[in-house]
Amino acid sequence: MNEIKCDCGHVNPYGTQLCQNCGKPLEEKGKNASMVDMRYEGAARRSQTYNKSMVDKIWNFFSSVKVGIWIIVLTLVASSIGTIFPQEMYIPNTVDPAEHYKDEYGIAGQIYYTLGFHNLYGSWWYMALIASLGISLIIASIDRVVPLYKALKNQRVPRNEAFLKRQRLFGHTTVRDADNTLDKAKAVLKGKRYNIREENGSLLAEKGRFSRWGPYVNHLGLVIFLTGAMLRFFPGMYVDDIVWVREGETEVIPGTDGQYFIENERFIVELYDENDETFQEALERAGGPTVKNFQTDAVLYKRADTSVVGTTPELEEVKEEDIRVNHPLRFDNFALYQLDYKLNELNTMTFSLDNRETGESIDTIEIDLFDPKDEYDLGDGYKVVIDSYFPNFEFNDDGEPSTTSSIPDNPAFIFQMFSPEHPDGEYSFVGIQRNEDVFKENDYQMSFRDVNTKNVTALTVRKDLTLPFIIVGASIFMIGLIQGSYWSHRRIWIKQKDKDVWIAGHANKHWESLRKDFQSLSDETGLVMPEDKLKQKNDKESEGKG
Amino acid sequence: METLSGNLLLITFFMYLLATIFFTVSVTGKKWRNKQGDMSGNRWGTFGFITTIIGFVSAVGYFVTRWMAAGHAPVSNMFEYTTFLGIALSFAFIILYGIYKTNVLGMFTMPIVMLIIAYASVFPSEVEPLIPALQSNWLKIHVTTTAIGQGILSIGFAAGLIYLVRTLDFTARGKKVFWLEFIMYSLVSVVSFVLIRYIFAIANYEASFQYVDENGNDAEMTYNLPPILGPNEGELLTDGAMQPLLSMPAWLRSDDANTVLWSLLAGIVLYALLRLILRKPIGGAIQPLLKGIHPETVDEVSYRAIAIGFPVFTLGGLIFAMIWAQIAWTRFWGWDPKEVWALVTFLFYAAYLHLRLSKGWHGERSAWLCVIGFAIIMFNLIFVNLVIAGLHSYA
Ligand code: HEM
Repeated sequence: MNEIKCDCGHVNPYGTQLCQNCGKPLEEKGKNASMVDMRYEGAARRSQTYNKSMVDKIWNFFSSVKVGIWIIVLTLVASSIGTIFPQEMYIPNTVDPAEHYKDEYGIAGQIYYTLGFHNLYGSWWYMALIASLGISLIIASIDRVVPLYKALKNQRVPRNEAFLKRQRLFGHTTVRDADNTLDKAKAVLKGKRYNIREENGSLLAEKGRFSRWGPYVNHLGLVIFLTGAMLRFFPGMYVDDIVWVREGETEVIPGTDGQYFIENERFIVELYDENDETFQEALERAGGPTVKNFQTDAVLYKRADTSVVGTTPELEEVKEEDIRVNHPLRFDNFALYQLDYKLNELNTMTFSLDNRETGESIDTIEIDLFDPKDEYDLGDGYKVVIDSYFPNFEFNDDGEPSTTSSIPDNPAFIFQMFSPEHPDGEYSFVGIQRNEDVFKENDYQMSFRDVNTKNVTALTVRKDLTLPFIIVGASIFMIGLIQGSYWSHRRIWIKQKDKDVWIAGHANKHWESLRKDFQSLSDETGLVMPEDKLKQKNDKESEGKG
Repeated sequence: METLSGNLLLITFFMYLLATIFFTVSVTGKKWRNKQGDMSGNRWGTFGFITTIIGFVSAVGYFVTRWMAAGHAPVSNMFEYTTFLGIALSFAFIILYGIYKTNVLGMFTMPIVMLIIAYASVFPSEVEPLIPALQSNWLKIHVTTTAIGQGILSIGFAAGLIYLVRTLDFTARGKKVFWLEFIMYSLVSVVSFVLIRYIFAIANYEASFQYVDENGNDAEMTYNLPPILGPNEGELLTDGAMQPLLSMPAWLRSDDANTVLWSLLAGIVLYALLRLILRKPIGGAIQPLLKGIHPETVDEVSYRAIAIGFPVFTLGGLIFAMIWAQIAWTRFWGWDPKEVWALVTFLFYAAYLHLRLSKGWHGERSAWLCVIGFAIIMFNLIFVNLVIAGLHSYA
């Protein structure tokens, strides 16, 4: 590849547009233009220089901002399509999605489902979009940051007149005492906190160069963030589980390899006081009770080192804490969140064995609905055997008694009652609101006496090892964003030859601020205010139109 | 305390009204000469700015007193959030006026602020208790920062609108004029929305329905406007109220859809009336007032607003939102519609910045993009909040 030699003698790498040393335009296009293209200081960029091999082509594709914008816009459009109907994760999980979308949203819903939009954000093509966003960010940034860094680091103070004249802000003044003017200018710009370098009657005042790195810093942050988001899919990085715990009970926490246990000491739901003055109106309008707090008083245990896996674990208390919405319990990369609850779940039931004729009670039995005993011996020849137990009773399709789950929402029993009169036992069927003897001729019956209920809490178990990536990525992103947005890179060149002084300025954005700096400079030194080529150009164009 | 708070908000509203008038006079009125005899514009702009500041201070008073009354930051329902957004917009205006001193920006921004505050006032405004999910400091930080970010971004819209009104050729009837007039029509619709709500509220209009909600349960719903669109399998309970012409599916909030329809219809009437009076496109009628405005300056104001607002919005709408979601909902991101639309807003402005920076989309194109950006923000506020019910649904 040919290197380019500038008139000033400097040898520039192939692809350079503005001489690295003096800034003179090197290409015909630049020489004829009224303004130089200052983007990336006219430095040679890989993507603008090579386009031969496959690698070059891929590199050029992803480094193009046009392509980058297309990726952003496609992601935007795809994301918004996903909100037209609820995603699959938000529909009730008891229904068949295919049916649900059709029933709820008609033909549009059916199309939505068929195209896979019901699970859009997890689809391969959405992931591919995000991945290409990441690749584009990396390649576009490397392509630009390296030459930009070199160009800004090595910038020389004296610049070619051709360079100065082709800046957007450029002015020429003939002065009486050039040295004096230059000193004054220096003082003014120092006062405005410009960094100043001088060489052979030329001056470069520069400010806010670090803001040029803003975009690259924020892109880097984004890449780290996206990497973190993708790591989610590696096994072991992410735990999402639920544990239900009854009051007074201790359960092993899923996902912790049996190392941690959680006890629910108490679960409560608190409501707002309906007579509360502040909220009275709103509470009336709501028309029902408004919940103030969901809370599990929890104790966290860890398996003692000495206990052997498989045996009943020995537990050591780690801490006691209230788990509320917005106040998860945290330990060792895990967090337990208040998710759901069930109030007054049946826990034990008490029955008495009665003699029907005399009404006499023989004795009572208390049945643990989660762990009923097979038989309850009452002595003196009395005994109750649980023949069958249906925690959540219903008649199945064949008309047989059965249970739909092991949770005692609607418990029912078939008891076998033994007594001295009936050593072979009498059968009775007992459920909520029903008490039938099977053969209609029993002497004894089981009478319902009492019930004990407990509240149950449901906690989400969450571990997310991608969080450090997310946090670091988001922080770097924000730093870069602020760095690039709230500061701008401004440069002012002053070149003096005898009584002639040329001034030129460039800002990467917010030209109004640079113009204000020039205004002060002009007010203090008498140098003419540079003209804004862009404004002139626009004015001419609009005149032409009007 | 609540009464005091309400009064302070009222003062804010009238101060902003005054400011609007002052800024308009400053743009359209005669130039004054100062003592040296130089043309220095007139002083009305300064008056406008001072009134704006007084209004803003009063708004801060509203915010603080309401916070004290409720015991929590007043950003937890539609009324409070929308009001806050209006205040945030005026705050953003103060910042940008500080940098660029453009009176015309006040002439366009302050009416929009008033419109937002008026829009907020149609929602129930009593102090509400917080349900557990909303009891979080991160939520408040998230909501306030987002609103401030959206406020600053909206200044980009105001400046973009000025640019378009200033530069479009209204004698040629084309797509551009059509869309600009469409923006005007949208603003007029919001005005008519507020008007209609107040008219029917004064008349104490109500129509109640028994209907079947999205979970298949029986529920009741009360309309404050005559029901053109009825709820799913709705049965009218109020005597003498109008029978709906159309019934909406269960997943749509039919009372809100009905309100939107009413506003659009009333908007058409009001807009047609304005056209009849002005005998030109509304934009074309305003254009002569903006003769003295430099389009480049307005263009830079709009870009500057977005450059300032984008980081603030990102911080509030995405980063703080993620922190809150991680604490309250167990995961920092859940693809809830509101979240997705915050992401869409973010991506849109990212695209805007890249188009402007690398593709040289300045001036008119940039202005149109600012308009679209504002439309996305408003869509998120109004439509996603009210119609697509999600985790964030306030109402
Ligand atoms: C959502 C994703 C992205 C965000 C949030 C983002 C953010 C930004 C921001 C804030 C700037 C500074 C703009 C300004 O100062 O006005 C910027 C500049 C830039 N971005 Fe991105 N960007 C994203 C994606 C991309 C992609 C995919 C590309 C790939 C082509 C890209 C290429 C660039 C380039 C070349 C610059 C200019 C750098 C310079 O001036 O030196 N960006 N980006």
